[in-house]
Amino acid sequence: MQRYLSQRLIAFIPTLFGISIVIFIVMRLLPGDAINAMVGTSFKLTEAQMAALRAYFGFDKPLYEQYWIWLTSALRGDFGFSVRSGASVLPEILARFPLTFELAILAMLIATLIGAPIGVIAAVRHDSAIDLAGRLFALIGLALPNFWMGTLIILVLSVGFGILPNSGDYTDLVKDPVANLKQLLFPAITLGFAFSASVMRTTRSSMLEELQQDYTRTARGKGLKEQAVIVGHCLKNALIPIITIIGLETGYLFGGAIIVEEVFALPGIGRFLLNGIAQRDYAVVQGTVIFIAFNFVLINLIADLAYAFVNPRIRYD
Amino acid sequence: MIKSNRSKTLVGFLRYRSSQIGLALVLLYVIVALFAGIIAPYSPIDQQAKDRLQEPNANYLLGTDEFGRDILSRLMHGATNSLRIAVVSVTMACLLGATLGMTSGYFGGLFDNAMMRVMDLFFAFPAILLALTIVAALGPGAVNTILAISVVYTPIFARVARGPVLLLKSTEFVQAAHAIGSRHPRILFRHILPNALAPIIVQITLALSWAMLTEAGLSFLGLGTIPPAPSWGSMLSESRKMMEIAPWMAIFPGLAIMLGVLGFNLLGDGLRDALDPRLRQ
Repeated sequence: MQRYLSQRLIAFIPTLFGISIVIFIVMRLLPGDAINAMVGTSFKLTEAQMAALRAYFGFDKPLYEQYWIWLTSALRGDFGFSVRSGASVLPEILARFPLTFELAILAMLIATLIGAPIGVIAAVRHDSAIDLAGRLFALIGLALPNFWMGTLIILVLSVGFGILPNSGDYTDLVKDPVANLKQLLFPAITLGFAFSASVMRTTRSSMLEELQQDYTRTARGKGLKEQAVIVGHCLKNALIPIITIIGLETGYLFGGAIIVEEVFALPGIGRFLLNGIAQRDYAVVQGTVIFIAFNFVLINLIADLAYAFVNPRIRYD
Repeated sequence: MIKSNRSKTLVGFLRYRSSQIGLALVLLYVIVALFAGIIAPYSPIDQQAKDRLQEPNANYLLGTDEFGRDILSRLMHGATNSLRIAVVSVTMACLLGATLGMTSGYFGGLFDNAMMRVMDLFFAFPAILLALTIVAALGPGAVNTILAISVVYTPIFARVARGPVLLLKSTEFVQAAHAIGSRHPRILFRHILPNALAPIIVQITLALSWAMLTEAGLSFLGLGTIPPAPSWGSMLSESRKMMEIAPWMAIFPGLAIMLGVLGFNLLGDGLRDALDPRLRQ
């Protein structure tokens, strides 16, 4: 167990280092001059002004030096500043992160609370009408684009009920939990829907396997109630793949949140990133992308650790 | 009657209702995409000011948008756009990724190690974020969308192709091929590739479904296909301003994306079950 943990933790650092290189290279792919891209075509700068700006942003230095400067300042928490607002990027990201984080956690909870029970029932009533309905639900869930689902939810709410879920400003969870949850409920359902489909699929197949095991027959044979067999024995053993998939998919929620925040006009880091892209604000884009990737890797690490925790066999690897 | 392995696979595939539905949806999508120019009743771009925001009716089966463009025709041409981007990007990713994965797994050693570490880096991003970042850096448009999707999927194909090669390269028939003096390319393509093909084929269908979804998602965010060229994602995005008075503008493009993705997913599940009976649920 300790060896596994330390291996995973040691692998974490080169991954972060690699991510920073990938992002740095991708951001330098932009065609033409970075200064031109920032200033746009409405201004005509003189060559001297361009050179001064290039020197100011450090674009005149060789690439490896630019990377080194960027990396060392990022390690000190300095992600540069937005060329549009002049604000430092990291505080802007941190101010928006609680919303995105809450959205992802709510989506994960919703996905688990919907997916796992349906999966268990579908497995127990294998090939019944409930099972078929559950499988249909999973198929649709995996094919339904979240930006369409969100649009439909807004359509139904606004036309059918006269509510505009994306009209109000975002309320802080600490200030007014009820208003906050009201605002985030539908975005979280949208974000978690596809996730609930994969939780359902994994729960179903994992439960189906456990229900056929010898110990299940023994448990039934010694006269345990069916409920105790299913929850106490099968579900407990079926949990390993379910926890694994929840861990893996939670990381992906940070990607999906970008689109869902846009649909519901929520001011999280996803929308911050999209605004940065639209305004060609490269420090914002670079900083936000590395921040999301960092969280993704961190959550995958936590998922790995949780996996090691629920699966004792891995400790002897 | 004795059946060849191949026809058994085909029969197994077609026996399931879900594979049949998947195949039908994919065929419908491909036919519409290929013949949109012939079967679409109107131009996807021409604006008919007097026919703006028409509800679905006999003239315009799925209604019109705020510029008087026929939704059905835009959806049909949108299928062409979506299929072209999906097929080109998945082909590029598959050729590059499978070649890298197979050679890397076959030769092993330092090259393999370095290659896989580089590929691992790409798995450190949520896929949509990586695609979004690449398009953000390169700028919107069909070509850059294709590049972004290819970059995201190349490591996935590399991984899928490498796995079976690791197992196959130590089998007796590969050793026999070495013994009779076959060269590496021949062994790779004549002996190993045919046996490693099944997971790659399954991955292709899943990649196509993901590519469709990503193209639509990027276009929805205004970073994919550039309007007025019809794309399902940008149609959906445009529909949001008009939603309360013209809900059909929001309903049909989303339905098209969902059915396309569903088709490829069902096809992929069916192929996986038929090609690899061990994974059958």
